[in-house]
Amino acid sequence: MDLLYKILIDPFVQMGAAPDLLVQTLWEGLVSGVLYSLIALGFVLIFKASGVFNFAQGIMVVFAALTLVGLHEIGVPAFIALGLTIVVMFGLAYLVERLMLRPLVNQPDIILFMATFGLTYFLIGFGELVFGGNPKKMITSQLYLPSGAYDIKMFGGFVSLQKIDIAAAVIVSLMVISLALFFQKTRIGRALRAVADSHKAALSVGISLEQIWVVVWFAAGIVALVTGIMWGARSEVSFSLQIIALKALPVLILGGFTSIPGAIIGGLIIGIGEKIGEFYWGPLLGSGIESWLAYVIALIFLLFRPQGLFGEKIIERI
Amino acid sequence: MFYREAGQFKTTYQADQAVFPILQDRIGLAIILVSAFVLIPLAATDFFLTVIMIPFLILALASMGLNILTGYTGLLSLGTGGFMGVGAFACYKLTTIYPGVNIVIWILVSGFFSTALGILFGLPSLRIKGFYLTVATLASQFFLDWSFIRVQWLTNYNTSGAIEVPTRTLFSMPVTGPNATPQFRYLVILSIVTLLTWFASNLVHGRIGRMWMAVRDMDLAAELIGIPLYRTKLLAFAISSYYCGVAGALMVFFWYGSAEPGVFNIDQSFTILFMVIIGGLGSLTGSFFGAALIYGLPIVLKNVLHGVGINIVPATVEHITFMSVGALIVLVLIIEPLGLARLWQITKQKLRVWPFPY
Amino acid sequence: MKAPGGPEVAAGDVLLSVEDVSLAFGGVKAVNDVSFDIRKGEIRAIIGPNGAGKTSMLNIINGFYHPQQGRITFKGETRAKMRPHDAAAGGIARTFQNVALFRGMTSLDNIMAGRTLRMNKNLFWQLLRFGPAMKEEVEHRARVEEIIDFLKIQEIRRTPVGRLPYGLQKRVELGRALAMEPELLLLDEPMAGMNLEEKEDMSRFILDVNDHFGTTVALIEHDMGVVMDLSDRVVVLDHGVKIADGTPDQVKSNQAVIDAYLGVAH
Repeated sequence: MDLLYKILIDPFVQMGAAPDLLVQTLWEGLVSGVLYSLIALGFVLIFKASGVFNFAQGIMVVFAALTLVGLHEIGVPAFIALGLTIVVMFGLAYLVERLMLRPLVNQPDIILFMATFGLTYFLIGFGELVFGGNPKKMITSQLYLPSGAYDIKMFGGFVSLQKIDIAAAVIVSLMVISLALFFQKTRIGRALRAVADSHKAALSVGISLEQIWVVVWFAAGIVALVTGIMWGARSEVSFSLQIIALKALPVLILGGFTSIPGAIIGGLIIGIGEKIGEFYWGPLLGSGIESWLAYVIALIFLLFRPQGLFGEKIIERI
Repeated sequence: MFYREAGQFKTTYQADQAVFPILQDRIGLAIILVSAFVLIPLAATDFFLTVIMIPFLILALASMGLNILTGYTGLLSLGTGGFMGVGAFACYKLTTIYPGVNIVIWILVSGFFSTALGILFGLPSLRIKGFYLTVATLASQFFLDWSFIRVQWLTNYNTSGAIEVPTRTLFSMPVTGPNATPQFRYLVILSIVTLLTWFASNLVHGRIGRMWMAVRDMDLAAELIGIPLYRTKLLAFAISSYYCGVAGALMVFFWYGSAEPGVFNIDQSFTILFMVIIGGLGSLTGSFFGAALIYGLPIVLKNVLHGVGINIVPATVEHITFMSVGALIVLVLIIEPLGLARLWQITKQKLRVWPFPY
Repeated sequence: MKAPGGPEVAAGDVLLSVEDVSLAFGGVKAVNDVSFDIRKGEIRAIIGPNGAGKTSMLNIINGFYHPQQGRITFKGETRAKMRPHDAAAGGIARTFQNVALFRGMTSLDNIMAGRTLRMNKNLFWQLLRFGPAMKEEVEHRARVEEIIDFLKIQEIRRTPVGRLPYGLQKRVELGRALAMEPELLLLDEPMAGMNLEEKEDMSRFILDVNDHFGTTVALIEHDMGVVMDLSDRVVVLDHGVKIADGTPDQVKSNQAVIDAYLGVAH
């Protein structure tokens, strides 16, 4: 009885007793949700355009952020470093297409998926070799990103909103809108959607797979860079980010692998669910449940709706 | 020239359904077994046994487990580390609660705890497939990893959060703990691995193996010829986890000697998966190849670099290893998606008809 | 060997009947209020233009799709819903329009897999592959060899089916279905994409299966010559609706059928 009370009632009593804490927790969840959405967005971009489930998106985030910081460390001015990093991400996209995707065309999805594990490990080794394994500080102020916080009085307490978080939310919204426009309105966007449906059919109407893949991997690289900057600004740039990036997987399950709005909403649900769960129910289990709660939420969700929130119902044919 | 099957006529279906229908293969297997059981323990140094052979066998066992799930049944799992951990912690609890029972029995029993959890986390496979299922296995990985750290009962409330392997005996000789000789440990592991490999080989060559592969290759068609999908998948989860669990228990008790909870994290899952991919999806022999290559690579790398006089820090070796493993995975998938085992098969095929190409 | 479940049906009696079956995907009606029956021992053809709902009909019969309306009676048992696994256990086997073999397995293993339902030695014996398990394996191998001989595919026994040409794949797939020793064999375009010679072979196999084993066959085929020669009775579907049913000659002269195939001015 006591346990039931602790699970079912006590957390809500706590929420009611200190609404400012609840708002703060919700905000924290929202912000990490935005970042999950960003990583998920990178996954979705590549999945939509090539059917490749790119496991390396997480390490691409780290790699982009490290390149930026690393270049700045050796004396390159911040904005030139940013430009160079974009060039590096383009080079990466080009090489991935050339050396990995092109020879694997028409292989089953699962083979491509496993190839991205290989890419992940390669980038981890390469990144550590070049930049060293120590965490680095993101060059927030040099990029004119705001720091500090607004403290807002609310419900007899304070809710503290980090300016960088607000900036992140704004930037993410802008990016999502422009990506959506890109997909819906441009010629390349249309080609991307065609490739996603069928490689062979797209080839037969004269769409160049090579070009499309470079474009999407580059786009995913840019998304990775933005994610890296935002996440790096909140904590620091280190390889442990790569594990956090696995959190994008449950986000994708919620949102469906091909839906951009799904990635955003899934990200927010996971972010908020995780923080609320950790804060109010975590102590019951000895805390740290953040590490798996997202997956379990996604799993339970999957059992009821296997195709995700926005995925289409799958009709199996034979 | 020596690898010919000419003149070996099979007169019964029994002979033709054998796992190794070709005589030379059976001789080869016998030679491998004799050298593994007799020559290596007699000739090898302690270093070779503890640093190379023992880890190799244990990792091969885990790869075999994952191969049953991923290679034979086509269910990509990232939860191997977690299932190995369940075996290790189950064995630790069992042997500390009932120290009187022989440790080898507990090792074999601890696999059943992994089986139970494997079935539990395999339950979603009823409704979900592909990447989605992979994410479900990630859920098990992170949840189990978290439990090993948080549930202090598992470590008998050891303040460091690690487990220390107690000394246990077999035939009144110490087989675990600091006093066990490498030779004895090696032989015990070798026996267990040989037995389990034999079982696995029997399974995959028979009805159950065909059911697994049918589900992997085309699940809908499998269902339409009367293979119960769900039970077949759950059986794969169960048996695969058993192998992983035993491998995990062996790893802690016979190799590491102690274990921080962190050893069964997601990196462990990846290492085993890479062994399976490189060795060959859907091949038991491949699991041994893969384990040898992935485990051996850093050791060889370090020694070669030392040998040519380049003295580099261990961290750099590790980075280069990561890069090479990553590149190797992509390379193997490009050249031969079925890995080293397939290359080995092709070589054998070539040998059979040598010197002619067909 | 008697198939599990259900009573025996005498030759000429109705083996399977489909009554008022409808199936829709969203707004699309794939099958609309269709009724027909299949008699024991006959070769029954289902024909119709593309998109007529033929494959959906087969999918309904072996439980892969569940119709929203209607009843299906197989061997006297009426049911609204059935899992594919139950259909297989009841004695319904099939082949597919696009070959659905297990690509990574050899021809032999594919056909052996067709015998899964008839093998029952448990995990313990399977682990040992010894005694009863080996005996069972050998018994079934002997049965499978008969099928291999029958289909004349001895030399591709050990070849992974992914590497076989299309015509042979179709043959192995038929072998897998035959290995189930079905009472009702559903063939979805068994001759699609074949040359004349291969078609002749396949026709021979179908007639032989029907003759020797008394297996009831329901087949979908586009080659009218083949359909008219092979089948005892033909049912014609168009846009999910049954437009004709009868002997090949009756169907051939039916005005609705001619209109459906040649098109008609509306």
